[in-house]
Amino acid sequence: MSDDAVKIAVRNLDFFYGKNQALKAVNMPLYKNRVTAIMGPSGCGKSTLLRVLNRIYELYPEQRATGEVLMDGVNLLDPKVDINLLRAHIGMVFQKPTPFPMSIFENIAYGIRLYEKLPGTQLRERVEEALQRAALWEEVRHKLNASGLSLSGGQQQRLCIARSVATRPEVILLDEPASALDPISTAKVEETIDELKHDYTIAIVTHNLQQAARVSQHVAFMYLGELVEYGETAEVFANPQDPRTKNFITGRFG
Amino acid sequence: MDKGLYLRRRLSAQFNLGLASASAVFGLVWLGLILWGLVYNGMKGINIDLFTLETPPPPGDEGGGMANAMVGSLIMVSIGTVVGTPIGIFAGTYLAEFGRFTRLAVVVRTLNDILLSAPSIVVGLFVYELVVKPMGHFSAFAGAISLAVIVIPVVVRTTENMLLLIPDSQREASAALGVPTSVTVRKVLWPAARAGMLTGILLAVARIAGETAPLLFTALNNQFWSFDLNQPMASMPKMIFDMALSPYKAWQQLAWSGALVVTATVLLLSIIARLLVPGTKR
Repeated sequence: MSDDAVKIAVRNLDFFYGKNQALKAVNMPLYKNRVTAIMGPSGCGKSTLLRVLNRIYELYPEQRATGEVLMDGVNLLDPKVDINLLRAHIGMVFQKPTPFPMSIFENIAYGIRLYEKLPGTQLRERVEEALQRAALWEEVRHKLNASGLSLSGGQQQRLCIARSVATRPEVILLDEPASALDPISTAKVEETIDELKHDYTIAIVTHNLQQAARVSQHVAFMYLGELVEYGETAEVFANPQDPRTKNFITGRFG
Repeated sequence: MDKGLYLRRRLSAQFNLGLASASAVFGLVWLGLILWGLVYNGMKGINIDLFTLETPPPPGDEGGGMANAMVGSLIMVSIGTVVGTPIGIFAGTYLAEFGRFTRLAVVVRTLNDILLSAPSIVVGLFVYELVVKPMGHFSAFAGAISLAVIVIPVVVRTTENMLLLIPDSQREASAALGVPTSVTVRKVLWPAARAGMLTGILLAVARIAGETAPLLFTALNNQFWSFDLNQPMASMPKMIFDMALSPYKAWQQLAWSGALVVTATVLLLSIIARLLVPGTKR
């Protein structure tokens, strides 16, 4: 698997919340059409790393990143890169479901309309396609006009996944997408992730080890802002090189 | 266990509870007396004439009503709201969304708070200098402008507060789709804060409906029907003020009844505003 194409390469990435350094010289690849899981105990910087990849941290002026994040050779951290176009290419799903206060249909159409002018029938097809991909279509096909907020937590999260997929990004970032969900919803979300990797490059932050083992082909283990270990999932779980990784995997901390 | 300590704490709790309750009752008693006086004196003059006839000419003939003042208030309050609301909403949105972390926002927020608690007669004087003096005469237009100036800080404050109640996760989720802030504001944040923002506007309307001071040097008053924005115009608060000070019984009665009408209107607006706030107990 190691000769796969690198979609995103993180180079020497430092990150600061004000004066606190949250990431220290992180180097890591994300392979195309693969799921990369980022693991580590709370506060290790795994969510921070994800939030650099689509520059969502820039909403907050006291946060800054230095280093390079190369996507297909282009440095995403370059201020010249159009931030809205960048985010249209890199979708993100958050820990807590964040449906917008509008109908299920509008939740999905919202992002599509922004970058494409589609006639009604095509727009409906795109919405259906997105909901199918997120394994939510069957549950909502008869109530597309109902409020997105009326769905259950698990459905809301799949709605958010559908929303990210609908704009046809190249990369999808998932920040502990299942941590607020029950086991059945979690299983559905994981199936969805497995399905999505055929078309997208996926990075998922999780502190659930089993989940990382189930869904990912590569894992990165982070500790106190450093990338401690990176490799193929099966390899790292069977044979961790760093004692900190070993401790984490065997449940000594985290 | 120290029984004495427990007993002392219980006594102190009861004492404080008693003090708080007494204070609440004290305040409510006066409010109740004012309302009672208003209803008792005002009801006597509530009739169809009050709502259909213009104010009687001196010297205090029997009959007449306050319809011209009601229409005048309606016109000036409407214009004041229509002018002040958009400015307030945009400024409040700037504070919460675009300038949240900037120094300019801190300055604007502080100034807005000062304006919010500024005596309204100062607003009247300001508009007098700004509008009435250059125009050379009092006008309904000037009255509406001074009401708008009072609307702005109220709407700025509520708009900002309501927008800040929306969790940042909504902003992040929208931004993560590649949505520019201006679109996020229009499509996600304003709809989410709509009920609260509407409440703020209604409270602002309720506030200016009862303001007398800003109209003193601007719209002045008018004994007759007038729809001309370029001329002095009657308004409820100013008319009540003038009639209450008059020596004529009939006029004083009109003042009482007018006060009752204004109070009932403001009460109604406040109740509607409260019902609109999501999550409040009905």
